[in-house]
Amino acid sequence: MLSTPPGGNLDRQTRRRGDAIFRMLAQGSGAALLVIMAAIAVFLVLQAVPALNADTTSFLTTLKWAPDGTPSSFGIAALAFGSVLTSLLALLISVPVAVGVALATSHYAPRWLARPLAYVVDLLAAVPSVVFGLWGLTYLVPNIIAPSTFLNHYLGVIPLFASNGTYGKSIFAASIVLAVMAIPIISAISREVFIQTPRDHIEAAWAIGATKWEMVRTAVLPYGRSGIISGTVLGFGRAIGETIAIALVLSANYEISLHILEPGGNTIAANIATRYGEAGEVGRGALIASGLVLFIITLIVNFGARAIVGKNSRGGAS
Amino acid sequence: MTLVGVASTGSSALIRTRLSGWSLTAIAVGTVAVTVVLFAATPMQGRVAFLLFAAALYVVAQTTVSALVEGRRRATDRLVTSIVVACSCAAVLPLVAVLGFTIAKGTAVLSGSFLTHTMRGVAEQDANGGIYQAIIGTLEQVGLATLMAVPFGLLVAIYLVEYSSGRFGRFVSFFVDVMTGLPSIVAGLFIFALWILALGQSFSGFAGSMALTVLMLPTVVRSAEEMLKIVPDSLREGSYALGIQKWVTVVRIVLPSALAGIVTGVMLAIARVTGETAPLLVTVFGNPALNFNPFSGAQASLPLFVFGEAGLPNETAINRAWAAALVLILIVLILNVVARVLARLASVRS
Repeated sequence: MLSTPPGGNLDRQTRRRGDAIFRMLAQGSGAALLVIMAAIAVFLVLQAVPALNADTTSFLTTLKWAPDGTPSSFGIAALAFGSVLTSLLALLISVPVAVGVALATSHYAPRWLARPLAYVVDLLAAVPSVVFGLWGLTYLVPNIIAPSTFLNHYLGVIPLFASNGTYGKSIFAASIVLAVMAIPIISAISREVFIQTPRDHIEAAWAIGATKWEMVRTAVLPYGRSGIISGTVLGFGRAIGETIAIALVLSANYEISLHILEPGGNTIAANIATRYGEAGEVGRGALIASGLVLFIITLIVNFGARAIVGKNSRGGAS
Repeated sequence: MTLVGVASTGSSALIRTRLSGWSLTAIAVGTVAVTVVLFAATPMQGRVAFLLFAAALYVVAQTTVSALVEGRRRATDRLVTSIVVACSCAAVLPLVAVLGFTIAKGTAVLSGSFLTHTMRGVAEQDANGGIYQAIIGTLEQVGLATLMAVPFGLLVAIYLVEYSSGRFGRFVSFFVDVMTGLPSIVAGLFIFALWILALGQSFSGFAGSMALTVLMLPTVVRSAEEMLKIVPDSLREGSYALGIQKWVTVVRIVLPSALAGIVTGVMLAIARVTGETAPLLVTVFGNPALNFNPFSGAQASLPLFVFGEAGLPNETAINRAWAAALVLILIVLILNVVARVLARLASVRS
């Protein structure tokens, strides 16, 4: 099999050339990945700067998107607000549900049910977002009017549920679609950590006569906290970057309003999808600038989460 | 213990009475009966509302009875179990709703001619037209992206597992994580800014493939990395002991051992990007006519087709969107199921 006798190993120069090339190839790929990440930041900035210079109003506070108008005027405020609001509402809905599912698949459901249930929830993550958008548009939006009316009727004194009497293509509907899309991510990650709960923690809880819930509360949940946190952050990342589903479900405007039941609101990502087709030169730059803001938000969230999770796991270990 | 009734004779100070299966059934029957009466007597209506109301009433009744008979701790336990069951239903329901809706709406339009015709010259209210151009576009874009992302991703994974030591490796690994969190629209905007604005190229399927490559890369790297890590070191050491070079060992020994797992990861990555719409919107742009050449001119794609037709205020267009969504879902789900079956087989073998 070997063309050279074992003694040939000492002749390193010729033997190692293949190795050196392969090593360079592998290391070069790693470096190329870093170059791509850097290029993303560089090219977004390069294309955004001319548009930001053309903007006659403040990019951070303007509640308007008319980059191709004369004078050009656009701002990120309403979009960033909408992105964060929809994503936070989506988390509000999806985190409890996802943790419930994770508990069901890790500790509550019998074995024959737990596997298929986890599998079905994973499939939910595979459904393309445009299909969720289509479902949200044709099914959810018409059917959300009744519960929205109900909420407004009984809780309308709270500003969140106030409305001008119209419902449907609202932040509320968008948040529900985002929640459905975030559930599989959060539950998959939480479940991974829940099933690693040390056996002795669980059995210690049983031994002092805990009920199932008391066992979960004292053993599983404290141990799984980092899983819930990192799952939540990844879910937030998915929600805030979601474009197409929101573009289909929301009827866009550029106001900052807490009335989540009313039609209106917009997000950075959805705005790119809806305004892209008609955008002129400044308009395209403006959309790239908004994409840059989205990129920065996701970076901050990712780094923040890493810091929190790192701190927690270190605290847990000591 | 399920045999012990509400009025258990054997109850002592240590063992509190437990609710039996019979009493739970009785509570269930009772709540359904109350709900039926309420729905008959009051203006409440609707099947969904009926189910929700009956379920909520059952949980309340069960918790109350349990609190009275079994004590507060058992009642809390039962309440939480009910909530966990409700959460599972709430998570599964959307999948069933989306799939059911897509199948019901999609099969009405889906036909042989829908799959083999394009949208060229078809107005939004016309009933004919099809997705041939979109299927071709999606196959070419995803195929090209796979051709680029898989070798690239594999090499990065090989670097991380077989070669990296120290700071640079950790740095690369960290940015793979950051890339995982990259919103797909940002990947699209990046290619748009680089390829179309800075380099002056036109919209094309290839531009879309590059955006999809950026999205596939971290998934491929992470799954391949996991698989390479679990290849036993004894295989590598055996190979070295025979005097075989490191790169031959990696290519001929390590990669084949991890192949099934790597293929699974690649298929899941393909399934993920096949459904991506946003990055294609800003790079491929969409096209009602057939364009076979992915390197020049705007192309169609399945997700873009769904998005475009869904946005038109016309029933026939929206029906076409559903049919295309059905085809898209079928492709993605088949990829997923095959990938998971493969993973199962691979894990059984090792």
